[in-house]
Amino acid sequence: MATNYDYEEAPATYDEAHRQDLGYDPNFVPDSVKSLVVHLYRHIREKNVYEIHQMYEISFQTLSDRLFKDTPWPSVDAVAHFVDNDQVFCLLYREMWFRHIYARLSPTLKQRIDSWDNYCSLFQVVLHSVVNMQLPNQWLWDMVDEFVYQFQSFCQYRAKMKNKTEQEIALLRQYDQAWNVYGVLNYLQAFVEKSNIIQILEQEKEGLEQFTATDGYDYSGGSNVLKVLGYFSMVGLLRVHCLLGDYQTGLKCLLPIDISQQGVYTSVIGSHITTIYHYGFANLMLRRYVDAIREFNKMLLYIYKTKQYHQKSPQYEQILKKNEQMYALLAICLSLCPQVKLVEETVNSQLREKYGEKMARMQRYDDEAFAIYDELFSYACPKFITPSAPSFEEPLVNYNQDAYRLQLKLFLYEVKQQQLLSGVRTFLKVYSTISLGKLANYMEVDDPTLRTILLTYKHKTHAVDSEGKVISNADVDFYIDDLQIQMAYTSNFGLTSG
Amino acid sequence: MRRERETPKQQQQQVSYTVEHLVAVNPYNPDILPDLENYVNEQVSSQTYSLDANLCLLRLYQFEPERMSNQIVARILVKALMAMPAPDFSLCLFLIPERVQMEEQFKTLIVLSHYLETGRFRQFWDEAAKSRHIVEAVPGFEQAIQSYAIHVLSLTYEKIQRPVLAEAINIEGLSLDKFLEYQAANSGWILEKGHGRGQLIVLPQNEFNHPELKKSDADSVPLEHITRIFPILG
Repeated sequence: MATNYDYEEAPATYDEAHRQDLGYDPNFVPDSVKSLVVHLYRHIREKNVYEIHQMYEISFQTLSDRLFKDTPWPSVDAVAHFVDNDQVFCLLYREMWFRHIYARLSPTLKQRIDSWDNYCSLFQVVLHSVVNMQLPNQWLWDMVDEFVYQFQSFCQYRAKMKNKTEQEIALLRQYDQAWNVYGVLNYLQAFVEKSNIIQILEQEKEGLEQFTATDGYDYSGGSNVLKVLGYFSMVGLLRVHCLLGDYQTGLKCLLPIDISQQGVYTSVIGSHITTIYHYGFANLMLRRYVDAIREFNKMLLYIYKTKQYHQKSPQYEQILKKNEQMYALLAICLSLCPQVKLVEETVNSQLREKYGEKMARMQRYDDEAFAIYDELFSYACPKFITPSAPSFEEPLVNYNQDAYRLQLKLFLYEVKQQQLLSGVRTFLKVYSTISLGKLANYMEVDDPTLRTILLTYKHKTHAVDSEGKVISNADVDFYIDDLQIQMAYTSNFGLTSG
Repeated sequence: MRRERETPKQQQQQVSYTVEHLVAVNPYNPDILPDLENYVNEQVSSQTYSLDANLCLLRLYQFEPERMSNQIVARILVKALMAMPAPDFSLCLFLIPERVQMEEQFKTLIVLSHYLETGRFRQFWDEAAKSRHIVEAVPGFEQAIQSYAIHVLSLTYEKIQRPVLAEAINIEGLSLDKFLEYQAANSGWILEKGHGRGQLIVLPQNEFNHPELKKSDADSVPLEHITRIFPILG
């Protein structure tokens, strides 16, 4: 079991309030911190993954809460001598140091740049030297997740040029390689390639490899770090591509992971949610509403059943946030593609509670409806970025909203094209057969217009899946025999004939 | 020793193999931009298509906007249009900055896409006729759109009147007669005489007789699931 650590009995002389008044002293190392790094270092050397996880997940958080609520941790230089100046440990410590800054404080530009440098150093070590550690999946996931998050944060920061000081601009020009998009993508790609994770997953299917079965851990004396970083980098790539608006490639990057099964991606709740959230969002933008609905449904049900176990975890807030966002996305998907049968009872009742009224209004397709689509999309969408460096010559403007505005505009454009379909659906549900003339009358359009509406319905409800096959997601369907519309109800659409 | 000269087709195949390889293993690399641009022109002239390579290029343009070529982007968009019913056109638009999309030729392409997405074939052909310089630059355009039109019509109609079909695929008169005869002979279409109202065409219910959907590597892909509807109809 976990050893009892010193921090539980921290000396009363160490008073946080005093320290705030005196300002932050990077060289002051409270005994509890010394104890933490010494024990953590030992556990890493001895490959006690469970102990590492306890310290990483619990001890670090507890100390942060108690001692470093709004100050940084002691500098790496101050703790290095407690851990034999171990290069790798120091890089890991620094990574957590910066993560704490981003979480609790506000990083300066210099800190952002230094953090990038730290990631480069850390990643170079993992990629190019033999690393003999086993780290908990939680930690490895957090590294990838944080790396992408800091990239996104930097792009947002950099795009707000209007109020930048001269020093900031000078720094940006000088360190133009920091957080450049090529670097970020290539590191993630390098992890995927160097770890050989795609081949490992392939071979696992044929029983030639063990990876998922051991949760990615290496029980033959080796290290799990490169393999698991490679694995999580696929999710990282999905996320980056979504931030860029390239949903197709994002999904392609995720392809080696079979999300219809449990896997290493489900071993960490954060990874599970991030994967499904982005998978669902990408499918929504690709108009594969059924795929999105299916996965959101599963994920939301899972969160409903298990969120109580994460209440004390530092990720709890994020879990709740993503939960709400996925309900919003589910509401959008179901308004565009009414397939309520795909949604489980519990999830459906939650959905009705949160968005029942809004969904009814969305399906009316008037101006108010578009406003609601706008609202939900804006609330739930990823924080899109403009990856290119700013031009320093132009009058300095803020362009951090450009990427988001484009995605929103194109999404609403698609919604508008589907505007008349809900009207069609209503009539199709009522009549088993009706002449084109009569339906045109009821819908108050002329005959040619009705034909285009019906063609649109067919086109929009028959999506092209990832293999280029056409799949129907229509809940009600029809066929035109010359001038007569014949209805056809699809029961288990796409699975068996009605 | 003199090597045998490769045929243009062999050279083309080698180019596509190399570029596809680059896109697969080294996509986040600004140096491959010229290769990807050449590949777009290659796709246009040899009537092939690769969504992945084109998305890769659009991403690089996103990373380095000063290197963007509007002409290449326009060609990518036309090829994407030709890939309908696949959503490729939207996928490309997601990666093209708004201010670029406001330019005349792109606005036109977006309008053309809109007409196709909403089944407005008559308006589409009218607009396309006004923009010949854009669409004629890409061989196979007309046939690709006709293929898409037939796809949507086949999803929708069991029996369709001749004028409705004619308007959708922009073929009339003798050409249409020839076209219908060809389809009757090869794709299972049945030509009926409508009761005093002109010709009726019965579109086939067999999934294998449907037109090809243009994708990057797959061959003709059959339409699934609409065939399930038929047992219900009398």
